[in-house]
This record gives sequence, structure tokens and C-alpha cells, in this order.
Amino acid sequence: MSQPAPGDDCRHPLLRVEDLRVDFHTRSGTVRALDGIGFELQRGEIMALVGESGSGKSVTAYAIMGILDAAARITSGRIQFGGRDLLTVGEKAMRSIRGRELAIIFQNPRTALNPIRPVGRQIADILLQHGGVTAAQAPRRAVDMLAKVRIPDPERRAAAYPFELSGGMCQRVMIAMALACEPALLIADEPSTGLDITTQAVIMDLVVELVASHNMATLLITHDLALAAEYCSRIAVMHAGHLVELAPTPLLFTMPRHPYTAKLIAAMPGEAGRLDMLAAIPGALPDLRRPDLPACRYAERCERAAADCREAPLLRLTSADGRQIACRHPL
Amino acid sequence: MPAPAVTIAGPTGETLLAATGLRKLYPLAHAAAPWRRRGQRPLLHAVDGVSFAIGRGETVGLVGESGCGKSTLARLVARLIDPTDGSIRFDGAEIGAVPAPRFGRSKQRAAIQMVFQDATDSLNPRFTAFRAIADPLIRLRNLSGSALRARVEEAARLTGLPLELLSRFPHQLSGGQKARVGIARAIAVEPRLLVLDEPTSALDVSVQIVILKLLQELKQRLDLSYLFVSHDLGVVRLLCDRVLVMYLGRIVESGPAAQVFAAPAHPYTQALLSAIPRPGARRSRIALEGEPRSPIDPDPTICRLYGRCARATDLCRSVAPPLRRVAAGHHAACHHAACHHAACHHAVDATETTQAAPRPLAVGS
Amino acid sequence: MTIAAFAGIRRFDGTLRHIAYVLAENPVTGFAFAMFSVFVLLAVFGPSLAPYDPLASDTAQALTGPSAAHWFGTDQLGRDIFSRVVVATRLDLGIAVIAVALAFTAGTLLGLAAGYCGGWADRIIGRAVDTIMAFPLFVLAMGIVAALGNSVANIVYATAIINLPIYARLARAEANVRRSAGFIEAARLCGNGETRIVLTQLLPNILPLMMVQVSLTLGYAILNAAGLSFIGLGVRPPTAEWGIMVAEGASNIISGEWWVALFPGLVLMAAVFCFNLMGDGLRDIVDPLRRT
Repeated sequence: MSQPAPGDDCRHPLLRVEDLRVDFHTRSGTVRALDGIGFELQRGEIMALVGESGSGKSVTAYAIMGILDAAARITSGRIQFGGRDLLTVGEKAMRSIRGRELAIIFQNPRTALNPIRPVGRQIADILLQHGGVTAAQAPRRAVDMLAKVRIPDPERRAAAYPFELSGGMCQRVMIAMALACEPALLIADEPSTGLDITTQAVIMDLVVELVASHNMATLLITHDLALAAEYCSRIAVMHAGHLVELAPTPLLFTMPRHPYTAKLIAAMPGEAGRLDMLAAIPGALPDLRRPDLPACRYAERCERAAADCREAPLLRLTSADGRQIACRHPL
Repeated sequence: MPAPAVTIAGPTGETLLAATGLRKLYPLAHAAAPWRRRGQRPLLHAVDGVSFAIGRGETVGLVGESGCGKSTLARLVARLIDPTDGSIRFDGAEIGAVPAPRFGRSKQRAAIQMVFQDATDSLNPRFTAFRAIADPLIRLRNLSGSALRARVEEAARLTGLPLELLSRFPHQLSGGQKARVGIARAIAVEPRLLVLDEPTSALDVSVQIVILKLLQELKQRLDLSYLFVSHDLGVVRLLCDRVLVMYLGRIVESGPAAQVFAAPAHPYTQALLSAIPRPGARRSRIALEGEPRSPIDPDPTICRLYGRCARATDLCRSVAPPLRRVAAGHHAACHHAACHHAACHHAVDATETTQAAPRPLAVGS
Repeated sequence: MTIAAFAGIRRFDGTLRHIAYVLAENPVTGFAFAMFSVFVLLAVFGPSLAPYDPLASDTAQALTGPSAAHWFGTDQLGRDIFSRVVVATRLDLGIAVIAVALAFTAGTLLGLAAGYCGGWADRIIGRAVDTIMAFPLFVLAMGIVAALGNSVANIVYATAIINLPIYARLARAEANVRRSAGFIEAARLCGNGETRIVLTQLLPNILPLMMVQVSLTLGYAILNAAGLSFIGLGVRPPTAEWGIMVAEGASNIISGEWWVALFPGLVLMAAVFCFNLMGDGLRDIVDPLRRT
């Protein structure tokens, strides 16, 4: 399963999201959660989707996996994966793709695991479902996966329940479950939030190492720009359902083009010397239920905003090297 | 425990709070067979011999990961729970001896207040913001009527909370607004010491900065001292004058924040700092192998980090290192702590091995 | 301030709007509320609305079927069944309301103590509640009334006792969940004593759920009172009460006079039904999870 599929080569991205628009129908109105998201992901690449909470990064991930809430409506767009449009394949096909070619690891590992089933069995379940493994072989393979994610004493731990394991160990189990069938694409939704910082570092190092050895593509969802910067080759910055900037990591930090990106970088406590050197980002995410949202949803928080930012449709520029910027007056 | 000569590191040179030999042990009921008597039950050493001081106008950071006991220590200082052993002197008075339920009526209650991590959880869902802020004023300052309203509004103004939000309930407020209500409630009674238990970790990055700046401003304006508990080292570095690093119930390193972050002496601190994600090339990580040792009935003769530390030697296995000075005002509990002087002593001083608990912090060069 | 806390300090506009929304979404709930109002009106104004004296017997008119003069017909002693049913509303509702009020108050306080304090309080109260629940509740009620004597007051006490465990358990569970919440710790920092915390901080938070339970229990209490009277314990003839009327009319069904038992039975069923439906609607209104 880690062999390249026929027809798959470097020019053809593994995942291509085009003009994705997602609405949520709620009691208090329609939330326009995603408004024209598009990006590509190559095999073996690690890309980050970065944004504040509410920016739509998790919605994007769930849309790709096909596990959006029942209240969600995908109003337009395509998600090309392995030659198919995931939005049209239907639930039955998605069920076989999910787990086998597409995998996801969630935030809060202990709650994402089944609390009444030993972890070894949970991994075995996935192997049996997708992996072409017999019932006799599955337990052994599950233990192998636990060893692969460096859980000490894997035979004994395979019989443990999630509540008996620490947060870091549960996250390792989730990674084992996700990678059990050697998927082509791994989505990591805030995998280290909620973990201690030393555990976070170890888990991220593990993910990156395993992903590299399988030549998997990885989409890392996080609100931590520093984390994205350390592990990812490209970063996509999201704001209020728009992808405002997409660039290779070093370029993003040395030459941010979108005002929001610049503000995010300035808000990172890591490198600042004193507290007054940090600048808060003014304003707040706009209410996405409003019918009168400006075309550029950052316009109300932006000091460079001009009249055409609010009225004229959002200008999205994609350069030849894959950089994206959605701004009429970039830096 | 002999009374320590705990002196201060605060800018005005005056100690506000001095904790000596603090211990908090929890008996584990369920783990014991019912016929075992109370005295024989296994004990969880949440806080195990901690001594430190907070000076007037000082911000002391307390960092550590989950399970290190920093939340327990914060609650001991705020007198929400009683210490099993040790003393806490606040403004000269011994407050550790007063049981927590009675402390609510003592006059120091208003002097030590706390800001909680999760503002949503720490606000009563059925109380308006006004009522939440007014509560301590009613109970501790006996205010009512227009005096009460004036004071509540002043607290709201100080924390940047718009007055029209005072009639709202927590579920109608944003995360940042709830945080402000929590802070306003804490400062309303004019405390001297504020214990902040991860006050910004539940907030968005942008809101965090605003709240941190607010806290710094309040500290200067109201002449407060802070005990700032956090797992976020970046924030601690920016806000704190001194920092205490905790691991498994003990302080493993302490010193001026800038120095501890620039030149950490204890292996655990070094591992913590190396784990912070940074843009650019990945630094060489100092990885801690395995899982932390059990805090239940820990062996007092082994260094708590033994088994995870790359520098471990037999000495670490037979003698638990006390806090030892590595530089001016900078202490670390390690036999092989990095030294900042040319000559470096790794040999253990014979007189230090006789003590089971770490020495009290003797600050000052 | 304490009064205000007990009142819950509601913002009326939001609450009313939510109530209107729930009633609009779920017309059955609206219907239940309407029925409830009718019952309350009957209970309050019953005796003056009844066309005939419920106790006046007229053997000449005995066992006549429903007609224009007697909407529900007459019973064996010639009494107008409609009047009796209307007047009985006050008695049945009264018994139920008082019994539930007693059960609610005692159960909530005990449950709060058990859930908040834990330890021995929890153990003792828990065992006491378990003891009550070990019996089939109706049988226990029968036993209590039989032991204490046949009177309306004893029906009330018996009903209160058998409904107490529900409130005690609910209050205990809610208190247990919230006792380690941040706002409880914050209340201690503000100088509140433990009793004050339970009454002013904790109680307002669990009251809404308890109120929902009240509506459901009312239905059960009415049924309980009627059931006890049906088997001859409690209310004695010639008092008008739904249960007794059904008992008296039961034997007449075979001889073809179906109306004697049917109408009181239908009204009893309507009352219980109405309270249950109302309870569901109340849950929608007060459950914070369903609020936008």
C-alpha cells in the first residue's frame, strides 16, 4: 500500500482541494464556514493549516474525511484524491477509503478512543476492516504497531484500556491506529494540544518520522504557528473560512504577504524579548452568520483595509511556485 | 524543620509570602485493602518538601508539566487546601495552621486571591458578571448598595470589561471577557498576592496577549505580587521575574527567569526548554526517555528524574540531590548541574546527604 | 441578594423567546400546557363550576347515561358524575402537589447534602434512599397508609415518601458533578462558608432539572393517590375522588353502565398524560444544552 499507485507521479498531487465551500445550517442562521478553500498536497509532504479557533481548519479536515456534522452542506467544490472526487464517491466508497487510504488523528486522544475496549483490540479492528489481515494475525500485527509507535512493553499494553494510559500513550495508540493500514494521507487535527510540552515534542517527532518512512502526505491542523514552522514545509494560514496565505515555511516567516500572517507572527511569544513587544491582533473573527460579511473577511480587523477590500470579490492570486495570497493590498 | 533564613528576592526587598517544607500527601483509599489501617495506606506525594518565597511586587513563575504538583501548590498557597506538613507565612502571620474552611473568615482571605484556568468553569453559570464580581465584596468587605456597585464597576474598569457586560451571564460572554470577569473578581477585594493558575491557557493566542498585558499593568497599578502557574514557558519568560521549575512534587530549579531560560542548569529544565517548538531548523532535542516515576511513596534516596536522565550516575541512584546553588540566586537540584563558575564541583558535600528533604531556599548572593 | 439568587435572575426576554420557540416547534407541548391550565382552573374554581352538588344523591336518577342534564351521567346513588369529577380535581391535584412539594424539598436537601459532602453523609443517606427504593413503591405506600391510618393526610405522606428517592438521587448526582467545579472553589475564595455555597451557588444550578422532575412526579403522584383510593385506602366515600369513583363504577361495567367508571378514568388519564407531556416540554425549555 505504500507503493505509488499507477499514474501517480510528482506532477500529480495526491490531494487537491478546489474551491471548497461549506455551510452549516443552525437554528440561529447559516454559518458560512468555508468560502472557497483550495490547495494541493504532494506525497511525502507535510503541510500545516494554521488559524485561530473558528477559522475553519478543522472543518476543512473533516470535509476531506467526509465526517462533517449532519448540519453541514458542501455547496461547491471538489476534493480530488487518488483520481477520484471524494465529494461524489458516496458513503460506501468513503467508508472503504477512510482508514485505508485516508486517516486522521484527533485532539484529545483519550476521548477519541473507545473507552471500553482494550487498545490492542481497537487497532486489530481497523486491521481486520481494511488491512486484509486474518483474525488470527490481527492481534500480532496490533502489537507490532504498538511497538512501532514506541510504546514500551507493547504486549502488556495491548490489553490496557485507554483510561489506564497517559495522554501521550493514548496519542501513540491513535497514531498506531491511523497508520495501521499505511494510508496515503494522514490528517493530524491538533494532535499535540492538551499534551505536555515534552510529550508534544516526542509525539510530533514520532509522527514526522513515521510519515517520512512511509512517504505519506500529512496535513497538520494547528493553532500553534511555531509548531507548524518546526515541522512543516508549507504553511496555509486560514482566517474566517478563507485561506489567506499559503507559502513555504521559511518564506512565510521572512516575507509574509498577508497582513494577518504578519500579525500572527508578531503574536508568537517564542522570540519576543519583552511582553510589550508582542502585539495582539485587533478585533475578533467576524460572525459568519451575518449576511453582510465583507468580501475579505479580514477587512474589519485590517489596518490596511480599503473600500475595495470590502466590496470587490476576494482576489486570490496563485503564483507559479504554488504560493497563494488572498489580498488586494498585500505587504 | 528548622526555621529557614528565607530572605527575599523582591525588588523592594520585602517578603510577602514564605513557604517552608510544604508537603501535601494524599492517602490512596482505593488502592489499600480495607483492613489496612490509615497509617499504612500508600500516599501520593503531590507536593513533597517545597520551600520558596515571594517578595512584594514580584512575579514568581511556577512551571512544570501535568502531575508535577504545581496546581496543588497553587491551592496550598491560596489556602484552598491544607498542607500535610510545612508552614506558610504571609505578611508575618502563619496561615498554614488555619484549616481551609475557617480561613474564609480570617482577615488574610482577602489578601490572597486566585484566578483560575478555565474562566467558564470558575464562573457560576447562574450568576451575572456583576454578581460574580460582587460576591467577594459582599462577603469579605461587607459592601452593599451603591458602594458595592461603585466598587464592582471600578474593578470592571480596571480589567477593561465594558460596564454593559456586567448584566450578562457567562454563556453570553466571550472567552476573553470571561477571563476579565475572573480577574475583576480576584482584584475587587484589593489583594496583595494573586495566585494565577494557568489563566490564559484556555484562550486563543491573540486574547492571551491582551490578558497578559492586562495582568502586567494591574500588577504595577495595584502593587500586586503574582504566583504565576503555567506550563507555557514562553509566557512565563515574558511575565515573570523569578521562576520555579517543579517536577514530581519538588522544585528542581529556581532562579531569575532570564537566567534560567538562558542557561538552565537542571536536565529537566533543559529538556523542557528544548521541547518548545521554534520556527527554523529543528534544534537538537533533549529527550526524556520513558514515563515519570510514580509519585506514590517515592523512594527518598533516588533522584526523581532517575531513569529518564542522560546524565544519570550511581550517585543519582543513591542520594536525592538537594537544591544547590549554581549561580547568584540560581539553584538546581542535580548532582551534575551545569555550573557557571570556572571550577565545577560534582562531588557531593557530606553534610548535604544527611537531609531527607531539600534545603529551604536561601536566596541572595 | 439571597432572594435574587434563588430567583435565578433570569433575563425574561431570552427565556420567553425560548419558551415560545419550544412551543412552536412542538405543538404537543403547547397542548399539554393548555390542558394543565384547564386543570388548574378546575382545581381552583371547581366547586363553583359544578352544576350539581357532588354529594347530593337522587336515587330516582340513579345510573342514567350521559344526557343533556347530566353530561357524564349519574352513579348508583344518583349523584352527577360530572360535578363529582370536577370537584375531585381539587382533591387529587391538591394531594399530588403537596406530596410532591414535600418530596421535592426533603429529597433535594438530602441529596445535596449527600452529593456535596460525600463521606458518611453520602453513605447514610444513600442507604436510606436505597431502602425506600428496595420496595415496590406502591406496595410501600399501601403499607404506610395501612399502618398510619386511613386519611388524606396519610396518603400525602405516603406519596411524599415514595417519591423522595428520585429527588434525592437527582440532587445527589448533580451536586456530585458540580462540587469540584471552579466556581465552587472561587466561592470559597470569596469567603463563603460551605452551607452558604450549597444554598446560594449550587442550588440555583440544579433547580431547573429538579423542576422538570417535579412535573413528571406530579403525574405519578396523582396516579398513586387514585390507586390507593381505588383499593380502599385513603380517601373514603362519599368524598369525590377519581380513584374511588373508578372503583365504585368498576362493578357496573359488566351490567352495562360503562359511564360510571369511564369518565373519571379518562380524566385521570388526561391529567397524568398532561403532566408527563409537560415534563418533556419543560426539559426542552430548561436544558441548557438545547439552547442556542
